[in-house]
Amino acid sequence: MVENRPWLTVFAHAVLILGVVVVAFPLYVTFVASTLTLDQIVSVPMPLLPGDQFLENYSQVLSAGSTKGSAAPVSTMLTNSLIMAVVIAVGKIAISIIASFAIVYFRFPLRIFFFWMIFVTLMLPVEVRIIPTFKVVSDLGMLDSYAGLTLPLIASATATFLFRQFFLTIPEELAEAARIDGAGPMRFFKDVVLPLSKTSIAALFVIQFIYGWNQYLWPLLITTNEDMYTAVIGIRRMMVGGDAANEWHLIMATAMLALLPPAAVVVLMQRWFVKGLVETEK
Amino acid sequence: MEKRVVFRSAWLPYALLAPQIAITIVFFFWPAAQAVWYSFQIQDAFGLKTEFVGLRNFADLFQDSHYLDSFKITALFSVLVAGFGIALSLMLAAMADRVVRGALGYKTLLIWPYAVAPAVAGVLWAFIFAPSIGIFTYVLKRMGIDWNWVIQGDQAMLLVVIASVWNQISYNFLFFLAGLQSIPKSLIEAAAIDGAGPTRRFWTIVFPLLSPTTFFLLVVNVVYAFFSTFGIIDATTQGGPAGATQILVYKVYYDGVKAADLGGSSAQSVVLMAIVIALTVVQFRFIEKKVQY
Repeated sequence: MVENRPWLTVFAHAVLILGVVVVAFPLYVTFVASTLTLDQIVSVPMPLLPGDQFLENYSQVLSAGSTKGSAAPVSTMLTNSLIMAVVIAVGKIAISIIASFAIVYFRFPLRIFFFWMIFVTLMLPVEVRIIPTFKVVSDLGMLDSYAGLTLPLIASATATFLFRQFFLTIPEELAEAARIDGAGPMRFFKDVVLPLSKTSIAALFVIQFIYGWNQYLWPLLITTNEDMYTAVIGIRRMMVGGDAANEWHLIMATAMLALLPPAAVVVLMQRWFVKGLVETEK
Repeated sequence: MEKRVVFRSAWLPYALLAPQIAITIVFFFWPAAQAVWYSFQIQDAFGLKTEFVGLRNFADLFQDSHYLDSFKITALFSVLVAGFGIALSLMLAAMADRVVRGALGYKTLLIWPYAVAPAVAGVLWAFIFAPSIGIFTYVLKRMGIDWNWVIQGDQAMLLVVIASVWNQISYNFLFFLAGLQSIPKSLIEAAAIDGAGPTRRFWTIVFPLLSPTTFFLLVVNVVYAFFSTFGIIDATTQGGPAGATQILVYKVYYDGVKAADLGGSSAQSVVLMAIVIALTVVQFRFIEKKVQY
Protein backbone atom coordinates (compact mmCIF):
# COMPACT_ATOMS: atom_id res chain seq x y z
CA MET A 1 0.00 0.00 0.00
CA VAL A 2 1.40 3.34 -1.08
CA GLU A 3 -0.47 5.59 1.29
CA ASN A 4 -3.07 5.26 3.97
CA ARG A 5 -6.47 6.27 2.70
CA PRO A 6 -9.04 4.49 4.84
CA TRP A 7 -12.06 5.65 2.82
CA LEU A 8 -10.52 4.26 -0.34
CA THR A 9 -9.93 0.88 1.29
CA VAL A 10 -13.53 0.83 2.45
CA PHE A 11 -14.64 1.72 -1.06
CA ALA A 12 -12.49 -1.07 -2.54
CA HIS A 13 -14.01 -3.61 -0.16
CA ALA A 14 -17.49 -2.33 -0.96
CA VAL A 15 -16.95 -2.70 -4.71
CA LEU A 16 -15.50 -6.17 -4.28
CA ILE A 17 -18.29 -7.35 -2.01
CA LEU A 18 -20.85 -6.00 -4.45
CA GLY A 19 -19.01 -7.78 -7.27
CA VAL A 20 -18.91 -11.08 -5.38
CA VAL A 21 -22.62 -10.82 -4.52
CA VAL A 22 -23.64 -10.02 -8.10
CA VAL A 23 -21.47 -12.82 -9.45
CA ALA A 24 -22.80 -15.31 -6.90
CA PHE A 25 -26.46 -14.35 -7.15
CA PRO A 26 -27.37 -16.64 -10.08
CA LEU A 27 -25.76 -19.57 -8.29
CA TYR A 28 -27.70 -18.84 -5.12
CA VAL A 29 -31.01 -18.58 -6.99
CA THR A 30 -30.22 -21.84 -8.76
CA PHE A 31 -29.53 -23.57 -5.48
CA VAL A 32 -32.70 -22.22 -3.89
CA ALA A 33 -34.80 -23.23 -6.90
CA SER A 34 -33.34 -26.73 -6.75
CA THR A 35 -34.74 -27.16 -3.23
CA LEU A 36 -38.28 -25.99 -3.97
CA THR A 37 -41.32 -27.60 -5.53
CA LEU A 38 -42.34 -26.51 -9.00
CA ASP A 39 -45.44 -24.81 -7.59
CA GLN A 40 -43.31 -22.69 -5.29
CA ILE A 41 -41.10 -21.63 -8.18
CA VAL A 42 -43.89 -20.60 -10.52
CA SER A 43 -45.71 -18.61 -7.84
CA VAL A 44 -44.25 -15.18 -8.56
CA PRO A 45 -42.07 -14.08 -6.84
CA MET A 46 -40.37 -17.32 -5.92
CA PRO A 47 -39.10 -17.63 -2.32
CA LEU A 48 -35.47 -16.64 -1.83
CA LEU A 49 -34.80 -19.05 1.00
CA PRO A 50 -34.07 -22.74 0.45
CA GLY A 51 -37.03 -25.09 0.68
CA ASP A 52 -37.26 -28.68 1.89
CA GLN A 53 -37.28 -30.52 -1.44
CA PHE A 54 -33.50 -30.93 -1.64
CA LEU A 55 -33.42 -34.72 -1.31
CA GLU A 56 -36.53 -35.27 -3.44
CA ASN A 57 -35.35 -33.17 -6.38
CA TYR A 58 -31.78 -34.41 -6.41
CA SER A 59 -32.64 -38.08 -6.05
CA GLN A 60 -35.30 -37.69 -8.75
CA VAL A 61 -32.87 -36.27 -11.34
CA LEU A 62 -30.00 -38.54 -10.38
CA SER A 63 -32.04 -41.69 -10.76
CA ALA A 64 -34.73 -40.85 -13.31
CA GLY A 65 -34.09 -37.51 -14.99
CA SER A 66 -37.03 -35.21 -15.69
CA THR A 67 -40.55 -36.33 -16.44
CA LYS A 68 -41.42 -34.03 -19.35
CA GLY A 69 -38.11 -33.70 -21.18
CA SER A 70 -35.21 -36.11 -21.27
CA ALA A 71 -35.83 -39.04 -18.95
CA ALA A 72 -32.23 -40.21 -18.83
CA PRO A 73 -30.86 -40.35 -15.28
CA VAL A 74 -28.44 -37.53 -14.54
CA SER A 75 -26.04 -39.96 -12.84
CA THR A 76 -25.37 -41.50 -16.27
CA MET A 77 -24.87 -38.04 -17.73
CA LEU A 78 -22.41 -37.10 -15.01
CA THR A 79 -20.46 -40.27 -15.70
CA ASN A 80 -20.39 -39.39 -19.41
CA SER A 81 -19.22 -35.86 -18.63
CA LEU A 82 -16.52 -37.22 -16.37
CA ILE A 83 -15.32 -39.70 -18.99
CA MET A 84 -15.33 -37.03 -21.67
CA ALA A 85 -13.46 -34.49 -19.51
CA VAL A 86 -10.82 -36.97 -18.31
CA VAL A 87 -10.22 -38.56 -21.71
CA ILE A 88 -9.87 -35.16 -23.39
CA ALA A 89 -7.55 -33.84 -20.70
CA VAL A 90 -5.36 -36.94 -20.49
CA GLY A 91 -5.40 -37.48 -24.26
CA LYS A 92 -4.40 -33.93 -25.04
CA ILE A 93 -1.61 -33.96 -22.49
CA ALA A 94 -0.31 -37.36 -23.61
CA ILE A 95 -0.17 -36.71 -27.33
CA SER A 96 1.15 -33.17 -26.99
CA ILE A 97 3.89 -33.91 -24.49
CA ILE A 98 5.49 -36.49 -26.79
CA ALA A 99 4.93 -34.32 -29.87
CA SER A 100 6.64 -31.31 -28.31
CA PHE A 101 9.43 -33.53 -27.00
CA ALA A 102 10.07 -34.63 -30.60
CA ILE A 103 9.99 -31.06 -31.86
CA VAL A 104 12.31 -29.68 -29.19
CA TYR A 105 14.80 -32.51 -28.69
CA PHE A 106 15.30 -33.83 -32.23
CA ARG A 107 16.46 -32.45 -35.54
CA PHE A 108 14.77 -34.16 -38.46
CA PRO A 109 13.47 -33.35 -41.93
CA LEU A 110 10.03 -31.67 -42.01
CA ARG A 111 10.31 -30.65 -38.35
CA ILE A 112 9.25 -27.06 -39.07
CA PHE A 113 6.51 -28.28 -41.38
CA PHE A 114 4.99 -30.46 -38.66
CA PHE A 115 5.34 -27.65 -36.18
CA TRP A 116 3.32 -25.34 -38.38
CA MET A 117 0.80 -28.02 -39.10
CA ILE A 118 0.00 -28.23 -35.40
CA PHE A 119 0.27 -24.48 -35.03
CA VAL A 120 -2.54 -23.74 -37.51
CA THR A 121 -5.01 -25.74 -35.42
CA LEU A 122 -4.66 -23.10 -32.71
CA MET A 123 -6.77 -20.83 -34.82
CA LEU A 124 -9.90 -22.83 -35.51
CA PRO A 125 -12.33 -23.66 -32.74
CA VAL A 126 -14.58 -26.64 -33.35
CA GLU A 127 -17.58 -24.32 -33.71
CA VAL A 128 -16.28 -23.08 -37.05
CA ARG A 129 -15.97 -26.44 -38.73
CA ILE A 130 -18.90 -28.25 -37.16
CA ILE A 131 -20.71 -29.60 -40.19
CA PRO A 132 -17.74 -31.12 -42.02
CA THR A 133 -16.28 -32.51 -38.78
CA PHE A 134 -19.66 -34.05 -38.06
CA LYS A 135 -19.61 -35.68 -41.51
CA VAL A 136 -16.13 -37.06 -40.94
CA VAL A 137 -17.09 -38.51 -37.57
CA SER A 138 -20.28 -39.99 -39.00
CA ASP A 139 -18.35 -41.48 -41.95
CA LEU A 140 -16.01 -43.10 -39.44
CA GLY A 141 -19.04 -44.57 -37.64
CA MET A 142 -18.24 -42.78 -34.38
CA LEU A 143 -21.60 -41.12 -33.66
CA ASP A 144 -22.90 -41.83 -30.17
CA SER A 145 -19.57 -43.17 -28.97
CA TYR A 146 -16.95 -41.98 -26.54
CA ALA A 147 -14.39 -41.95 -29.34
CA GLY A 148 -16.56 -39.60 -31.35
CA LEU A 149 -17.14 -37.39 -28.32
CA THR A 150 -13.50 -37.01 -27.45
CA LEU A 151 -11.12 -37.62 -30.36
CA PRO A 152 -12.03 -34.56 -32.47
CA LEU A 153 -11.52 -32.30 -29.46
CA ILE A 154 -8.11 -33.75 -28.63
CA ALA A 155 -6.75 -32.16 -31.81
CA SER A 156 -5.63 -28.82 -30.47
CA ALA A 157 -2.35 -27.03 -30.32
CA THR A 158 -2.46 -25.23 -26.99
CA ALA A 159 -0.98 -28.04 -24.93
CA THR A 160 1.77 -28.67 -27.48
CA PHE A 161 2.78 -25.03 -27.24
CA LEU A 162 2.80 -24.93 -23.50
CA PHE A 163 5.07 -27.98 -23.34
CA ARG A 164 7.34 -26.63 -26.06
CA GLN A 165 7.75 -23.36 -24.15
CA PHE A 166 8.50 -25.26 -20.99
CA PHE A 167 10.98 -27.71 -22.58
CA LEU A 168 12.92 -24.79 -24.01
CA THR A 169 13.58 -23.59 -20.45
CA ILE A 170 15.05 -26.93 -19.29
CA PRO A 171 18.83 -26.37 -18.91
CA GLU A 172 20.95 -27.81 -21.72
CA GLU A 173 23.26 -29.38 -19.14
CA LEU A 174 20.65 -31.95 -18.21
CA ALA A 175 20.41 -33.34 -21.74
CA GLU A 176 24.17 -33.16 -22.04
CA ALA A 177 24.70 -35.09 -18.81
CA ALA A 178 22.12 -37.67 -19.88
CA ARG A 179 23.90 -38.19 -23.17
CA ILE A 180 27.32 -38.51 -21.56
CA ASP A 181 25.88 -41.08 -19.17
CA GLY A 182 24.64 -42.98 -22.20
CA ALA A 183 20.90 -42.45 -21.66
CA GLY A 184 18.77 -42.69 -24.78
CA PRO A 185 16.06 -40.14 -25.62
CA MET A 186 13.18 -42.11 -24.07
CA ARG A 187 15.14 -42.70 -20.90
CA PHE A 188 15.85 -38.97 -20.71
CA PHE A 189 12.17 -38.27 -21.33
CA LYS A 190 11.02 -40.63 -18.59
CA ASP A 191 13.61 -39.78 -15.93
CA VAL A 192 14.21 -36.07 -16.49
CA VAL A 193 11.60 -34.36 -18.65
CA LEU A 194 8.49 -36.00 -17.22
CA PRO A 195 9.28 -35.33 -13.53
CA LEU A 196 10.19 -31.72 -14.36
CA SER A 197 6.89 -31.23 -16.20
CA LYS A 198 4.70 -32.19 -13.24
CA THR A 199 3.37 -28.70 -12.51
CA SER A 200 2.74 -27.95 -16.18
CA ILE A 201 0.83 -31.21 -16.49
CA ALA A 202 -1.27 -30.41 -13.42
CA ALA A 203 -2.03 -26.91 -14.69
CA LEU A 204 -3.02 -28.18 -18.12
CA PHE A 205 -5.11 -30.93 -16.66
CA VAL A 206 -7.27 -28.43 -14.75
CA ILE A 207 -7.83 -26.24 -17.82
CA GLN A 208 -8.55 -29.13 -20.18
CA PHE A 209 -10.78 -30.90 -17.68
CA ILE A 210 -13.03 -27.83 -17.54
CA TYR A 211 -12.85 -27.48 -21.32
CA GLY A 212 -13.95 -31.09 -21.79
CA TRP A 213 -16.64 -31.03 -19.13
CA ASN A 214 -18.20 -27.86 -20.53
CA GLN A 215 -18.34 -28.88 -24.19
CA TYR A 216 -21.75 -28.18 -25.63
CA LEU A 217 -22.09 -27.89 -29.39
CA TRP A 218 -20.10 -31.00 -30.21
CA PRO A 219 -21.94 -33.46 -27.92
CA LEU A 220 -25.21 -31.80 -28.93
CA LEU A 221 -24.54 -32.77 -32.54
CA ILE A 222 -23.19 -36.26 -32.20
CA THR A 223 -25.22 -37.72 -29.34
CA THR A 224 -28.74 -38.82 -30.20
CA ASN A 225 -28.87 -41.67 -27.73
CA GLU A 226 -29.90 -40.60 -24.23
CA ASP A 227 -27.30 -42.91 -22.71
CA MET A 228 -24.57 -40.79 -24.28
CA TYR A 229 -25.78 -37.35 -23.12
CA THR A 230 -23.39 -35.31 -21.05
CA ALA A 231 -24.72 -33.32 -18.11
CA VAL A 232 -24.66 -30.02 -20.00
CA ILE A 233 -26.64 -31.52 -22.89
CA GLY A 234 -29.03 -33.15 -20.44
CA ILE A 235 -30.06 -29.76 -19.05
CA ARG A 236 -30.73 -28.50 -22.52
CA ARG A 237 -32.85 -31.55 -23.30
CA MET A 238 -34.90 -31.05 -20.15
CA MET A 239 -35.99 -27.62 -21.32
CA VAL A 240 -39.05 -28.45 -23.32
CA GLY A 241 -40.73 -25.13 -23.82
CA GLY A 242 -41.19 -21.63 -22.54
CA ASP A 243 -41.09 -20.53 -19.00
CA ALA A 244 -43.74 -22.18 -16.88
CA ALA A 245 -43.83 -25.39 -18.94
CA ASN A 246 -40.33 -26.34 -17.80
CA GLU A 247 -39.75 -28.41 -14.69
CA TRP A 248 -37.47 -25.76 -13.27
CA HIS A 249 -36.88 -27.48 -9.94
CA LEU A 250 -35.39 -30.49 -11.75
CA ILE A 251 -33.52 -28.40 -14.31
CA MET A 252 -31.96 -26.33 -11.55
CA ALA A 253 -30.95 -29.42 -9.56
CA THR A 254 -29.29 -30.78 -12.70
CA ALA A 255 -27.61 -27.43 -13.30
CA MET A 256 -26.15 -27.53 -9.78
CA LEU A 257 -24.87 -31.06 -10.38
CA ALA A 258 -23.39 -30.06 -13.75
CA LEU A 259 -21.56 -27.00 -12.50
CA LEU A 260 -20.30 -28.20 -9.13
CA PRO A 261 -17.54 -30.60 -10.30
CA PRO A 262 -15.70 -28.10 -12.54
CA ALA A 263 -16.26 -25.28 -10.02
CA ALA A 264 -14.79 -27.48 -7.30
CA VAL A 265 -11.80 -28.24 -9.51
CA VAL A 266 -11.21 -24.52 -10.10
CA VAL A 267 -11.54 -23.54 -6.46
CA LEU A 268 -9.62 -26.46 -4.95
CA MET A 269 -6.83 -26.44 -7.51
CA GLN A 270 -6.73 -22.67 -7.76
CA ARG A 271 -2.98 -22.35 -7.94
CA TRP A 272 -2.67 -24.72 -10.89
CA PHE A 273 -5.76 -23.31 -12.52
CA VAL A 274 -4.35 -19.79 -12.55
CA LYS A 275 -0.98 -21.04 -13.74
CA GLY A 276 -2.58 -23.08 -16.51
CA LEU A 277 -4.84 -20.28 -17.62
CA VAL A 278 -2.12 -17.67 -17.78
CA GLU A 279 0.39 -19.95 -19.44
CA THR A 280 -1.77 -21.58 -22.11
CA GLU A 281 -2.52 -18.15 -23.47
CA LYS A 282 1.06 -16.98 -23.82
CA MET B 1 15.32 -20.42 -29.34
CA GLU B 2 16.61 -23.87 -30.24
CA LYS B 3 18.27 -26.61 -28.24
CA ARG B 4 21.98 -27.10 -28.73
CA VAL B 5 22.00 -30.63 -27.38
CA VAL B 6 19.71 -32.91 -29.36
CA PHE B 7 19.16 -36.60 -29.78
CA ARG B 8 19.54 -38.50 -33.01
CA SER B 9 17.14 -41.07 -34.36
CA ALA B 10 15.81 -41.75 -37.83
CA TRP B 11 12.35 -42.89 -36.75
CA LEU B 12 11.66 -41.93 -33.13
CA PRO B 13 10.65 -38.27 -33.67
CA TYR B 14 8.14 -39.31 -36.33
CA ALA B 15 6.69 -41.95 -34.06
CA LEU B 16 6.33 -39.40 -31.25
CA LEU B 17 4.61 -36.92 -33.53
CA ALA B 18 2.37 -39.49 -35.22
CA PRO B 19 -0.66 -39.43 -32.84
CA GLN B 20 -0.89 -35.64 -32.79
CA ILE B 21 -0.46 -35.34 -36.56
CA ALA B 22 -2.91 -38.15 -37.31
CA ILE B 23 -5.66 -36.57 -35.20
CA THR B 24 -4.92 -33.17 -36.66
CA ILE B 25 -5.25 -34.44 -40.20
CA VAL B 26 -8.38 -36.52 -39.65
CA PHE B 27 -10.31 -34.07 -37.51
CA PHE B 28 -8.89 -30.79 -38.64
CA PHE B 29 -7.43 -30.66 -42.14
CA TRP B 30 -9.87 -33.08 -43.69
CA PRO B 31 -13.00 -31.28 -42.37
CA ALA B 32 -11.53 -27.85 -43.09
CA ALA B 33 -10.79 -28.88 -46.67
CA GLN B 34 -14.29 -30.31 -46.99
CA ALA B 35 -15.78 -27.06 -45.73
CA VAL B 36 -13.95 -25.20 -48.48
CA TRP B 37 -15.00 -27.82 -51.04
CA TYR B 38 -18.70 -27.78 -50.02
CA SER B 39 -18.72 -24.01 -50.08
CA PHE B 40 -18.31 -24.16 -53.87
CA GLN B 41 -21.26 -26.53 -54.28
CA ILE B 42 -25.02 -26.50 -54.14
CA GLN B 43 -26.93 -29.56 -52.98
CA ASP B 44 -30.54 -30.23 -53.88
CA ALA B 45 -33.06 -30.63 -51.08
CA PHE B 46 -32.71 -34.41 -50.82
CA GLY B 47 -28.93 -34.49 -50.96
CA LEU B 48 -29.03 -36.56 -54.14
CA LYS B 49 -27.37 -34.20 -56.53
CA THR B 50 -24.56 -31.72 -56.01
CA GLU B 51 -23.54 -29.10 -58.48
CA PHE B 52 -20.30 -27.13 -58.62
CA VAL B 53 -21.18 -23.46 -58.60
CA GLY B 54 -17.90 -21.68 -57.95
CA LEU B 55 -18.27 -18.60 -55.80
CA ARG B 56 -22.03 -18.41 -56.05
CA ASN B 57 -22.62 -19.42 -52.43
CA PHE B 58 -20.43 -16.55 -51.32
CA ALA B 59 -22.14 -14.12 -53.68
CA ASP B 60 -25.54 -15.24 -52.38
CA LEU B 61 -24.31 -14.91 -48.84
CA PHE B 62 -23.27 -11.30 -49.17
CA GLN B 63 -26.53 -10.40 -50.85
CA ASP B 64 -28.57 -12.11 -48.18
CA SER B 65 -29.87 -9.43 -45.84
CA HIS B 66 -30.20 -11.98 -43.00
CA TYR B 67 -26.51 -12.76 -43.25
CA LEU B 68 -25.52 -9.11 -43.29
CA ASP B 69 -27.79 -8.52 -40.28
CA SER B 70 -26.11 -11.42 -38.53
CA PHE B 71 -22.76 -9.71 -39.17
CA LYS B 72 -23.99 -6.50 -37.58
CA ILE B 73 -25.47 -8.38 -34.64
CA THR B 74 -22.21 -10.25 -34.07
CA ALA B 75 -20.26 -6.99 -34.19
CA LEU B 76 -22.59 -5.30 -31.71
CA PHE B 77 -22.62 -8.36 -29.46
CA SER B 78 -18.84 -8.73 -29.35
CA VAL B 79 -18.31 -5.01 -28.71
CA LEU B 80 -20.77 -5.11 -25.81
CA VAL B 81 -19.34 -8.32 -24.34
CA ALA B 82 -15.72 -7.19 -24.66
CA GLY B 83 -16.46 -3.63 -23.50
CA PHE B 84 -18.49 -4.47 -20.41
CA GLY B 85 -16.43 -7.55 -19.60
CA ILE B 86 -13.15 -5.65 -19.67
CA ALA B 87 -14.42 -2.56 -17.86
CA LEU B 88 -16.05 -4.48 -15.00
CA SER B 89 -13.22 -6.91 -14.48
CA LEU B 90 -10.61 -4.14 -14.60
CA MET B 91 -12.49 -2.32 -11.88
CA LEU B 92 -12.70 -5.45 -9.73
CA ALA B 93 -9.05 -6.30 -10.33
CA ALA B 94 -7.92 -2.77 -9.44
CA MET B 95 -9.84 -3.01 -6.17
CA ALA B 96 -8.56 -6.51 -5.43
CA ASP B 97 -5.01 -5.31 -6.08
CA ARG B 98 -5.55 -2.54 -3.53
CA VAL B 99 -6.96 -4.47 -0.60
CA VAL B 100 -4.52 -6.29 1.58
CA ARG B 101 -6.90 -8.21 3.78
CA GLY B 102 -9.09 -10.84 2.17
CA ALA B 103 -7.58 -10.56 -1.30
CA LEU B 104 -7.35 -14.34 -1.73
CA GLY B 105 -10.93 -14.77 -0.56
CA TYR B 106 -12.24 -12.29 -3.10
CA LYS B 107 -10.19 -13.96 -5.80
CA THR B 108 -11.62 -17.39 -4.99
CA LEU B 109 -15.15 -16.02 -4.98
CA LEU B 110 -14.67 -14.30 -8.33
CA ILE B 111 -13.00 -17.03 -10.38
CA TRP B 112 -15.54 -19.82 -10.21
CA PRO B 113 -17.88 -18.60 -13.01
CA TYR B 114 -15.10 -19.64 -15.40
CA ALA B 115 -15.94 -23.24 -14.55
CA VAL B 116 -19.60 -22.88 -15.50
CA ALA B 117 -20.40 -24.15 -18.99
CA PRO B 118 -21.73 -21.39 -21.26
CA ALA B 119 -24.92 -23.39 -21.83
CA VAL B 120 -25.48 -23.71 -18.08
CA ALA B 121 -24.75 -19.99 -17.62
CA GLY B 122 -27.42 -19.35 -20.25
CA VAL B 123 -29.94 -21.51 -18.38
CA LEU B 124 -29.19 -19.74 -15.08
CA TRP B 125 -29.73 -16.27 -16.48
CA ALA B 126 -32.70 -17.31 -18.58
CA PHE B 127 -34.30 -18.54 -15.38
CA ILE B 128 -33.64 -15.35 -13.43
CA PHE B 129 -34.97 -13.24 -16.31
CA ALA B 130 -37.75 -15.65 -17.37
CA PRO B 131 -40.64 -13.55 -18.71
CA SER B 132 -43.34 -14.92 -16.41
CA ILE B 133 -41.60 -16.44 -13.38
CA GLY B 134 -38.14 -14.80 -13.28
CA ILE B 135 -37.13 -13.08 -10.09
CA PHE B 136 -35.54 -10.11 -11.89
CA THR B 137 -38.54 -9.89 -14.19
CA TYR B 138 -40.66 -9.47 -11.07
CA VAL B 139 -38.40 -6.70 -9.77
CA LEU B 140 -38.39 -4.97 -13.17
CA LYS B 141 -42.18 -5.19 -13.38
CA ARG B 142 -42.46 -3.54 -9.96
CA MET B 143 -40.27 -0.76 -11.37
CA GLY B 144 -42.62 -0.40 -14.31
CA ILE B 145 -40.39 -2.02 -16.92
CA ASP B 146 -42.07 -4.48 -19.22
CA TRP B 147 -39.51 -7.24 -19.53
CA ASN B 148 -39.99 -10.00 -22.07
CA TRP B 149 -36.93 -11.07 -24.03
CA VAL B 150 -38.91 -13.74 -25.85
CA ILE B 151 -40.61 -10.96 -27.80
CA GLN B 152 -38.31 -7.95 -27.58
CA GLY B 153 -35.07 -8.14 -29.54
CA ASP B 154 -33.00 -5.60 -27.62
CA GLN B 155 -33.87 -7.24 -24.30
CA ALA B 156 -32.86 -10.61 -25.71
CA MET B 157 -29.53 -9.08 -26.72
CA LEU B 158 -29.11 -7.61 -23.25
CA LEU B 159 -29.78 -11.01 -21.68
CA VAL B 160 -27.15 -12.85 -23.73
CA VAL B 161 -24.65 -10.03 -23.14
CA ILE B 162 -25.20 -10.25 -19.36
CA ALA B 163 -24.82 -14.03 -19.35
CA SER B 164 -21.69 -13.86 -21.54
CA VAL B 165 -20.01 -11.13 -19.50
CA TRP B 166 -20.76 -13.01 -16.29
CA ASN B 167 -19.28 -16.20 -17.73
CA GLN B 168 -16.11 -14.49 -18.94
CA ILE B 169 -15.48 -12.08 -16.06
CA SER B 170 -13.22 -14.40 -14.05
CA TYR B 171 -10.90 -14.89 -16.98
CA ASN B 172 -10.49 -11.14 -17.52
CA PHE B 173 -10.18 -10.56 -13.79
CA LEU B 174 -7.31 -13.03 -13.38
CA PHE B 175 -5.34 -11.56 -16.28
CA PHE B 176 -5.83 -8.00 -15.07
CA LEU B 177 -4.85 -8.96 -11.53
CA ALA B 178 -1.67 -10.63 -12.80
CA GLY B 179 -0.96 -7.54 -14.93
CA LEU B 180 -1.52 -5.17 -12.01
CA GLN B 181 0.70 -7.16 -9.70
CA SER B 182 3.57 -7.03 -12.18
CA ILE B 183 3.62 -3.21 -12.25
CA PRO B 184 6.65 -2.01 -10.23
CA LYS B 185 5.55 -0.45 -6.95
CA SER B 186 8.33 2.15 -7.22
CA LEU B 187 6.53 3.85 -10.12
CA ILE B 188 3.36 4.19 -8.11
CA GLU B 189 5.27 5.41 -5.06
CA ALA B 190 7.17 8.01 -7.08
CA ALA B 191 3.90 9.35 -8.45
CA ALA B 192 2.39 9.42 -4.98
CA ILE B 193 5.35 11.43 -3.67
CA ASP B 194 4.85 13.86 -6.54
CA GLY B 195 1.34 14.37 -5.24
CA ALA B 196 -0.72 12.36 -7.74
CA GLY B 197 -3.90 10.94 -6.22
CA PRO B 198 -5.13 7.37 -6.75
CA THR B 199 -7.39 8.22 -9.71
CA ARG B 200 -4.69 10.19 -11.47
CA ARG B 201 -2.12 7.45 -10.84
CA PHE B 202 -4.45 4.87 -12.28
CA TRP B 203 -5.08 6.72 -15.54
CA THR B 204 -1.56 8.08 -16.14
CA ILE B 205 0.57 5.13 -14.95
CA VAL B 206 -1.34 1.93 -14.30
CA PHE B 207 -3.70 1.99 -17.25
CA PRO B 208 -1.02 2.69 -19.91
CA LEU B 209 1.23 -0.01 -18.43
CA LEU B 210 -1.67 -2.43 -18.57
CA SER B 211 -2.37 -1.74 -22.23
CA PRO B 212 -0.72 -4.98 -23.48
CA THR B 213 -3.00 -7.00 -21.16
CA THR B 214 -6.02 -4.96 -22.17
CA PHE B 215 -5.33 -5.44 -25.84
CA PHE B 216 -4.77 -9.15 -25.40
CA LEU B 217 -8.04 -9.46 -23.52
CA LEU B 218 -9.82 -7.46 -26.18
CA VAL B 219 -8.86 -10.03 -28.81
CA VAL B 220 -9.64 -12.97 -26.52
CA ASN B 221 -13.03 -11.52 -25.62
CA VAL B 222 -13.94 -10.88 -29.23
CA VAL B 223 -13.02 -14.47 -30.11
CA TYR B 224 -15.00 -15.64 -27.08
CA ALA B 225 -18.05 -13.62 -28.15
CA PHE B 226 -17.77 -14.96 -31.69
CA PHE B 227 -17.57 -18.66 -30.84
CA SER B 228 -17.78 -19.77 -27.22
CA THR B 229 -21.09 -18.01 -26.62
CA PHE B 230 -22.85 -20.55 -28.81
CA GLY B 231 -24.04 -22.45 -25.73
CA ILE B 232 -25.42 -19.30 -24.11
CA ILE B 233 -27.40 -18.36 -27.23
CA ASP B 234 -28.70 -21.87 -27.77
CA ALA B 235 -29.81 -22.25 -24.15
CA THR B 236 -31.58 -18.88 -24.04
CA THR B 237 -32.80 -17.13 -27.17
CA GLN B 238 -31.80 -19.61 -29.91
CA GLY B 239 -31.03 -16.66 -32.14
CA GLY B 240 -34.43 -15.10 -31.69
CA PRO B 241 -36.64 -13.19 -31.53
CA ALA B 242 -36.66 -12.78 -35.30
CA GLY B 243 -32.90 -13.22 -35.54
CA ALA B 244 -32.12 -10.44 -33.04
CA THR B 245 -29.43 -12.52 -31.35
CA GLN B 246 -28.42 -14.72 -34.26
CA ILE B 247 -24.66 -14.37 -34.23
CA LEU B 248 -22.59 -15.77 -37.10
CA VAL B 249 -21.64 -19.05 -35.49
CA TYR B 250 -25.25 -19.70 -34.55
CA LYS B 251 -26.29 -19.10 -38.15
CA VAL B 252 -23.69 -21.59 -39.37
CA TYR B 253 -25.21 -24.16 -37.04
CA TYR B 254 -28.80 -23.24 -37.87
CA ASP B 255 -28.38 -23.22 -41.65
CA GLY B 256 -26.24 -26.35 -41.66
CA VAL B 257 -28.04 -28.51 -39.11
CA LYS B 258 -31.61 -27.26 -38.91
CA ALA B 259 -32.06 -25.93 -42.45
CA ALA B 260 -29.69 -28.50 -44.03
CA ASP B 261 -28.18 -25.95 -46.43
CA LEU B 262 -24.75 -27.54 -46.71
CA GLY B 263 -23.27 -25.20 -49.31
CA GLY B 264 -24.45 -22.00 -47.66
CA SER B 265 -23.42 -23.14 -44.21
CA SER B 266 -19.96 -24.20 -45.46
CA ALA B 267 -19.48 -20.85 -47.16
CA GLN B 268 -20.26 -19.22 -43.82
CA SER B 269 -17.75 -21.52 -42.13
CA VAL B 270 -15.10 -20.42 -44.61
CA VAL B 271 -15.86 -16.76 -43.93
CA LEU B 272 -15.61 -17.42 -40.18
CA MET B 273 -12.30 -19.22 -40.61
CA ALA B 274 -10.97 -16.18 -42.45
CA ILE B 275 -12.10 -13.96 -39.56
CA VAL B 276 -10.45 -16.18 -36.94
CA ILE B 277 -7.22 -16.29 -38.89
CA ALA B 278 -7.23 -12.50 -39.19
CA LEU B 279 -7.82 -12.15 -35.45
CA THR B 280 -5.04 -14.60 -34.68
CA VAL B 281 -2.61 -12.69 -36.90
CA VAL B 282 -3.54 -9.47 -35.10
CA GLN B 283 -2.93 -11.18 -31.77
CA PHE B 284 0.45 -12.55 -32.79
CA ARG B 285 1.67 -9.24 -34.15
CA PHE B 286 0.76 -7.77 -30.81
CA ILE B 287 2.62 -10.49 -28.92
CA GLU B 288 5.74 -9.75 -30.97
CA LYS B 289 5.40 -6.12 -30.01
CA LYS B 290 4.99 -7.02 -26.38
CA VAL B 291 8.31 -8.86 -26.42
CA GLN B 292 10.07 -5.68 -27.49
CA TYR B 293 8.05 -3.60 -25.06
